[in-house]
Amino acid sequence: MILIPLIPLAVFLLLGIFFRRIKEPVSGYIGVAGLTIVSLISFYIAISYFLDFGLVNGEYQKIIVFRSTWIHFTDNLKIEMGILLDPLSAVMLIVVPLISWMVHIYSLGYMKGEGGFTRFYAFLSLFTFSMLGLVLSVNIFQIYIFWELVGVSSYSLIGFYYKKKSAVLAAKKAFIVTRFADLGFLIGLLILSYFAGTFDFLTLTNLDFIQTLNGQAVTFMGLSVITWALILIFMGGAGKSAMFPLHIWLPDAMEGPTPVSALIHAATMVVAGVFLVARLFPMFYFIEDGIALEVVAYVGAFTTLFAAVIALTQYDIKRVLAFSTMSQIGYMMLALGVSGYGEHEGLGYMASMFHLFTHAMFKALLFLGAGAIIHAVHSNFMQDMGGLRKHLPVTHITFLVAALAISGIPPFAGFFSKDEILAAAFEHNKLIWFTGFIVAGMTAFYMFRLYFRIFWWNDPEYKHKPHEAPKTMTVPLMILAFMAAFSGFIPFSDFVSTDYSPFHTHIEWGLAGASVGIGVLGILLAVLFYKKENDLSDRFARAFGIFYKWTFNKFYIDELYFFITKKIIFKNISAPFAWFDRHIVDGTMNGIGNSTVWISEKIKGLQSGRVQDYAMYFVSGATVISMILWFLLNN
Amino acid sequence: MERVFFYFIAVAIIVFAFMAVTNRNMMRSIIYLLFVLIGVSSIYFMIEYNFLGAVQLTVYAGGIIILYINSIMLIEKIGTPMEKVKTVRKVVAGIISVFGLALTLFAIYSYPFQTVKSGNVTTVSQIGQALLGYGNNGYVLPFEVISILLLAAMVGAIMIAKTEKK
Amino acid sequence: MQKQKKNRCIMINGVSIYEILTLTSIMFFIGVYGFFTRKNLIAMLVSVELILNSAAVNFVIINKYMFPGKLGGDIFSIFIIAVAAAETALALAIIINLYRLIMSVKTKDLETMKY
Repeated sequence: MILIPLIPLAVFLLLGIFFRRIKEPVSGYIGVAGLTIVSLISFYIAISYFLDFGLVNGEYQKIIVFRSTWIHFTDNLKIEMGILLDPLSAVMLIVVPLISWMVHIYSLGYMKGEGGFTRFYAFLSLFTFSMLGLVLSVNIFQIYIFWELVGVSSYSLIGFYYKKKSAVLAAKKAFIVTRFADLGFLIGLLILSYFAGTFDFLTLTNLDFIQTLNGQAVTFMGLSVITWALILIFMGGAGKSAMFPLHIWLPDAMEGPTPVSALIHAATMVVAGVFLVARLFPMFYFIEDGIALEVVAYVGAFTTLFAAVIALTQYDIKRVLAFSTMSQIGYMMLALGVSGYGEHEGLGYMASMFHLFTHAMFKALLFLGAGAIIHAVHSNFMQDMGGLRKHLPVTHITFLVAALAISGIPPFAGFFSKDEILAAAFEHNKLIWFTGFIVAGMTAFYMFRLYFRIFWWNDPEYKHKPHEAPKTMTVPLMILAFMAAFSGFIPFSDFVSTDYSPFHTHIEWGLAGASVGIGVLGILLAVLFYKKENDLSDRFARAFGIFYKWTFNKFYIDELYFFITKKIIFKNISAPFAWFDRHIVDGTMNGIGNSTVWISEKIKGLQSGRVQDYAMYFVSGATVISMILWFLLNN
Repeated sequence: MERVFFYFIAVAIIVFAFMAVTNRNMMRSIIYLLFVLIGVSSIYFMIEYNFLGAVQLTVYAGGIIILYINSIMLIEKIGTPMEKVKTVRKVVAGIISVFGLALTLFAIYSYPFQTVKSGNVTTVSQIGQALLGYGNNGYVLPFEVISILLLAAMVGAIMIAKTEKK
Repeated sequence: MQKQKKNRCIMINGVSIYEILTLTSIMFFIGVYGFFTRKNLIAMLVSVELILNSAAVNFVIINKYMFPGKLGGDIFSIFIIAVAAAETALALAIIINLYRLIMSVKTKDLETMKY
């Protein structure tokens, strides 16, 4: 089992060290081969866990497959490296290798002829290694280590086209924003480990242990210090998952190649935040009656709405998909936030994981399809596209499947997961339910706006006829489409739940009907606006006026951040620090060097070459020595 | 009476010595040296060591001073006064010298010299017999060494000072 | 046999050894001061002569005041005078040779062995 993260690591090292000798397509084949092995092993383990040996006495076991102590602080506080197998990590063990495998195969066709092919596969393998290590982590510190590794892989992959200035800037932005969020994570982690005395997940999620923590008297500004720790940890998760206000890096991360966007920014890395909250879910729920959990819910709900609104107006198809991702992750966070604990109460938890699973499938499919479209049309922008259903049949069908799935139309996967989320929200907090409900409609609308605009609008003048993607690109699309269509039928509640024992869910037809209804409404609106070429959308945009402008510019959040960092932080905080560093710290070092040189310049005058000076030193030395000797001898 | 004499000569020696080392004219410095040497030989005469007094006058005052004057004449531009010494240097050198002097005087005055009054006069024959004697009080070895030294000095001086034949 | 004159003191009447030793010390250190301060090679030699002379007087005085029967100090001061003469001759030879080379006897021009 330990082979699972180690094989991608080996591939990364192999391709990274020998990247001059191994060129395409051999490196691609090596990468794909490695991932194939990893995927097959992971699927086998996960499926046998769920169906075969995991279920003991009606409860899923948390199996520590491997654990070794790295740093030992006290008996309880140890940093260990290990592999934990429980329902949560088993689910991720299916999602991550599958998507990564599909992306590897897809990239054989997409990245063909690009410079840096080997480098691409090396970094993809590094990313897979980090993500697998993250989901199999045994304690929080190990998650933190792999968290950072994932960030680094993301940075290298976003900035893959390093000659393009915008790509480099986007990579820096992603890394810095997530690093800033990780600061919160680290502080929260340290506080948590200090007060709880342990890093270990099994201990931290033990209900009795949590009750003892609740009795901790230490508070800070009215909230228990553990709650603060959890909120800070959530801040780290929010950064990685692009929650408001730490979302600014995700749209810019689309500068990377499309397979990267599919793998990292749709299906796997951005769900790391959700994964973290789910891992620590008992703490979130039980510490101080779940105040931290409320924070999670509201942030998730706001982000969902925020992102969906912006996605309505964007023209770059990858940006639309990025905001869509943000919105769907908001759904996942929201679901976790409204969840309870225990059999049926834990519906939100289960729904969140279910949505993670299905979302990975159809979002990856959407991105890979977008990649095929971009590959055919050589442009990212909707305005350059139209009528592609005639030219790209396979892409068309798979894209349609994914769009239906994300809009929540039965019987595709998205319907089931989204319905569970809305059901959980309805039981808990009507306001949040209503937000989710509206956003479901908006999701359908912008998704089908995208679909119709690309595939149905009138044919523009194409410079050369767009051609269908090669087999290496279309086969992953078809596999993912299959998963997106049918994974809704997996009885997820049998596998994943808050207290590790399966429970039964059923569809509430009232709520389900409502959400399907609003989805269909969104689709119809999109048909109206976008199926045939017309200027209805432009007239609407003009009617909304200033509101449209705000939305189109992503509510100027980027500009706000720039203002804060450039005008306030750089000028007032960083500049003095830089000055201090350059003049005082460096000045001291240089001063020590310079003064040594200065002193030696002065001292070298002692060796003047004049005999008289030497005689002077001689006589004075002799006098002093004889004086000393005389006094010593006299005493 | 002799005491007054001695003090007079002592003061003269010191004054002339000081002027010899501080005067900026080369010629005058050498002449002051001559006076110092004459004073020293008068001290020798005062303690009835006539031989050495005579030798001092002959060799030193007669030979070496003439040697100095000759070489100064050979070197041009010697009539011009030497440049002034920087005050810093004078002060530092003065301090070192005074310090050494103080130490030496301290050492001298704290030692109880046992002087013996006696009336032995050293005659030239005594000196001659001692110089070439090889008995208990014989100094023939240093005598021979000195003669070799003088030979070496002579040869060396000629070697150094001669010009290359073009 | 020598005609013994009436018992006269060899020492200078009324002058103790300390005063004479003081005199020679002062002469010595004046010579040292001159050696440090002079800028002309020949003037440095003059200071060296002072030093050597004071040493010779020291030898004779101590011999006459403390060991009147022996002759060691007397003989040695003869040697000192001999050595001083030889040394002066050689030094002047070198200085003249140097003068032929660099046309100067200033100590300022002889600083080639500096840093």
